[in-house]
Amino acid sequence: MKFGVLQFPGSCDEVDALEAARMVGEAELIWHRDRDLQGADAIVVPGGFSYGDYLRAGAIARFSPAMESVIEFAREGGLVLGICNGFQVLCEAHLLPGALLPNVNLRFTSRQVRLDVVAPDTAFTSACPPGRQLSIPAKHSWGRFHADAETLERIERDGQVVLRYAQGENFNGSVGDIAAVSNETGNVMGLMPHPEHAVQELTGGSTDGLSIFQSIRLAAERVAA
Amino acid sequence: MSAAATLPSLTDAIALGLTDSEYELICEKQGAPPNILELAMYSLLWSEHCAYKHSKKLLRTLPTEGPHVVMGPGENAGAVDAGHGLVCAFKVESHNHPSAVEPFQGAATGVGGILRDIFAIGARPVAVLDSLRFGELGGPGSARSRYLLDGAVSGIGHYGNSIGVPTVGGEVYFEGPYEQNCLVNAMALGLAPREALVRSAAAGPGNAVVLFGASTGRDGIGGASVLASAELGEDDDKRPTVQVGDPFEEKKLLECSLELLELGLLVALQDLGAAGLTSSASEMASKGEVGIDIDIAAVPLREADMEPFEVMVSESQERMLCVVEPRNVDAVLEVCEKWEVNGAAIGAVTDTGRMRVLRDGELLGDMSVRALVDDCPLYDLDPVKPTAALYPPPAATLSADASPQESLLALLASSNIASRRPLFEQYDSIVGSRTIRRPEQADAAVLALPDGSALAVSIDGNGRRVAADPRNGTIATVLECAANLACVGAEPLGTTNNLNFGNPEKPHIAWQLTEAVAGLGEACRALAAPIVGGNVSLYNEGATGPIYPTPVIGMVGRLPDGRRAGRLGFLNAGDGLALVGPFAPSQPASELAKLRGHVLPDGLPPVNLPDAVAALAAVREAVRSGALSSAHDVAEGGIAVALAECALAGRLGATVTLGDGWWEALGAPGEDGAPNWPEGARDAALFGEGPAGILVSGPEAGLRSLAAQTHVRLIGHVGGECLRIALDGQDLIDASVEELAEAHAGGLKGYFA
Repeated sequence: MKFGVLQFPGSCDEVDALEAARMVGEAELIWHRDRDLQGADAIVVPGGFSYGDYLRAGAIARFSPAMESVIEFAREGGLVLGICNGFQVLCEAHLLPGALLPNVNLRFTSRQVRLDVVAPDTAFTSACPPGRQLSIPAKHSWGRFHADAETLERIERDGQVVLRYAQGENFNGSVGDIAAVSNETGNVMGLMPHPEHAVQELTGGSTDGLSIFQSIRLAAERVAA
Repeated sequence: MSAAATLPSLTDAIALGLTDSEYELICEKQGAPPNILELAMYSLLWSEHCAYKHSKKLLRTLPTEGPHVVMGPGENAGAVDAGHGLVCAFKVESHNHPSAVEPFQGAATGVGGILRDIFAIGARPVAVLDSLRFGELGGPGSARSRYLLDGAVSGIGHYGNSIGVPTVGGEVYFEGPYEQNCLVNAMALGLAPREALVRSAAAGPGNAVVLFGASTGRDGIGGASVLASAELGEDDDKRPTVQVGDPFEEKKLLECSLELLELGLLVALQDLGAAGLTSSASEMASKGEVGIDIDIAAVPLREADMEPFEVMVSESQERMLCVVEPRNVDAVLEVCEKWEVNGAAIGAVTDTGRMRVLRDGELLGDMSVRALVDDCPLYDLDPVKPTAALYPPPAATLSADASPQESLLALLASSNIASRRPLFEQYDSIVGSRTIRRPEQADAAVLALPDGSALAVSIDGNGRRVAADPRNGTIATVLECAANLACVGAEPLGTTNNLNFGNPEKPHIAWQLTEAVAGLGEACRALAAPIVGGNVSLYNEGATGPIYPTPVIGMVGRLPDGRRAGRLGFLNAGDGLALVGPFAPSQPASELAKLRGHVLPDGLPPVNLPDAVAALAAVREAVRSGALSSAHDVAEGGIAVALAECALAGRLGATVTLGDGWWEALGAPGEDGAPNWPEGARDAALFGEGPAGILVSGPEAGLRSLAAQTHVRLIGHVGGECLRIALDGQDLIDASVEELAEAHAGGLKGYFA
């Protein structure tokens, strides 16, 4: 099982994502100019400020050669996880519904948040301990998930809302407390909190983020089998 | 030559910040009056900011050597041995004047500048800390302070967050004397394999000089001489001299620089900071005892019509200069292309010892490297101890008859003690996955190393106490920094410092500076924590007078096992609670005295340095052995506030009795041991401040083994939902942890709404 972690100029959390992925499988960095996904079974689009995020978060990265391959990979059912800036990139690429807006407090905010797993049977959550909240850090200034009423109704109905901020934890003002959404076919998920920063007790404050990576491994192995 | 068509006069030299005699000396060194390009270059390199002409003699008295030092002062950053073949590079630098003019960009580029210093020696930056000072947040003048605070915090966050280096710690204080002249000091740490360190000395005549990074524009022209080496006046005129930062450009520059070094393509590397190309090229030439020719026609420009002197002194951010063997130039430019940064060969190393500036073969300026870099006159200070108070007393905000409990709540809510959460939540403190202790979890930040050991780092300053007593106040500041390391179990490896002072040409400022440097040297020697680098920021004065003299100390230490890093919060109900160290609190110059509107005292009680150092060592060993549950340095607000902070961090109360042993410590003997607490002594016991006091909690056995090593006073036990403090049987404080939390959390919250 192999993860590919994209690297753009301006990526910040790609090495953290790489190391987290290596705790459950193999993992390689994929340079933004490369179209070759190196045979990865799952792709992680990491956090950071791709291309400086100067136009709009994620707006330029979605046009990179690597992302063109990722879009194709996702359309063919490949597993893709977008974290923070990666979530923004996936929304810009229309692989995920909705958009990310500036936090309601208009400030970059860094906080350990508790998340409710509302869809426990997805490719990204099947290894999460049943009935338990996840404690994972979030840190961003553009993390307020937004979707129009129609889209919102559809993704709620179709079970595309995967994680929600627990009560009192939704500091960015996301609609419906939504922290993570998937696409219709369930092979692409984006979330604002950083599971790759909660994979070891010593530096993460918890190991809850590891269960997201373990879930992806299980899903990839199911596909392979 | 055309640039010399009309030679500048003495008046021009003075406008650029030089004195009559310095101008004369320049004419003598040049053998003729300099042209405008040469004069501009001299004026920057002979500025206080670049030449340290009022501080260099003092700085030579500081200890700079020790068993852990790998690279001492003089390079872009200092470096210490972090074990297992790794070195830690670190340095603190100020960006005070730019931040006082434009706080967002001033602070952002301050972070950018210090990060470049770290990767310029080949280390990957892994952490940023900052030390900030502003005026009061309430009362007259406070609108400016709130604006500066908000801008500086946003700027630091913007740069650090975007470049992916965590901001792991820092400190901020609010005092009247900083109202016009705020302080923004940023410290950065980096890691590198020992053999990967690179120096900045140019070498090898015939080698190419390559400039890479952002293109060169008109921003920041004259920053070092105009902004950094004079008192602040009418700020708005100076706004164009503040540089604008681009963290994305720097992120690419960082990765590009480290890749160039990893591929072994560089002979020397240097960042462009104050005075731009002028200082980086001259300093590289000076260190290598060579010459450099620069062809300004080859410099990528933002604006085509820039004057030669503008190209040479521009402080455009995010640029680096390197020396490359001719055969490697193409490979260097290819790496630049990969990272999408400009790269251009702009000159060559020569054996002439001259700094020559050319444009397409035409010689525009020709100076001796030695004259530029080393021949600036150094001045002796003329220190005179002031006979009257330099600083007016602060406005009283707490009535003298407030009860101990009211005083505690007021202190916890005061701007200097209140929770820093509203600030540090704006910073990414975890990117890089090394952060073992986040802000408010321990006295020092702790960063994991690959071998299971960890680095600890703290940055501290206490301008008010240094103003009261420059020597003892500075010693106390260094001890506080070391105590913060001890509380997580770390032994100091080295120190960096930023000396923020007023105008050194004034005798009383010269006295503050001289005394403070003496205290700094004394304390660093006692702690075996040599100075490996630093920065001096002088002329920090506004129309209303000088800032508090503010030496900011950054210290890096190491602990063998990251899993045993200490915490400040109470952990277990039933643990014993003890005060360690020769702590002798007194009220003058304390936070309580400030709230009561007291004028600063003339002098502070001295501390017994060997006893203090021994106490810190004992605490450090106890933390490392796992004998303690918590450890926290007693600082602003004294014992009562320190207890409250431990209770808040652990969400657990404590019951404490002060008395008995306190008699001697406070020098207020009672009659026949009968309770006899005069008002002042009571306040000193609860809220008095002084160096070398550490509050620890732990199982009885742990405290007992600590007591075998050093002076320990048992004062109570951990547990319950309230903090109760009694003094010789009289209950003075009984507050729920909830109540304390409310006061502590609310103090700064409103300023970031």
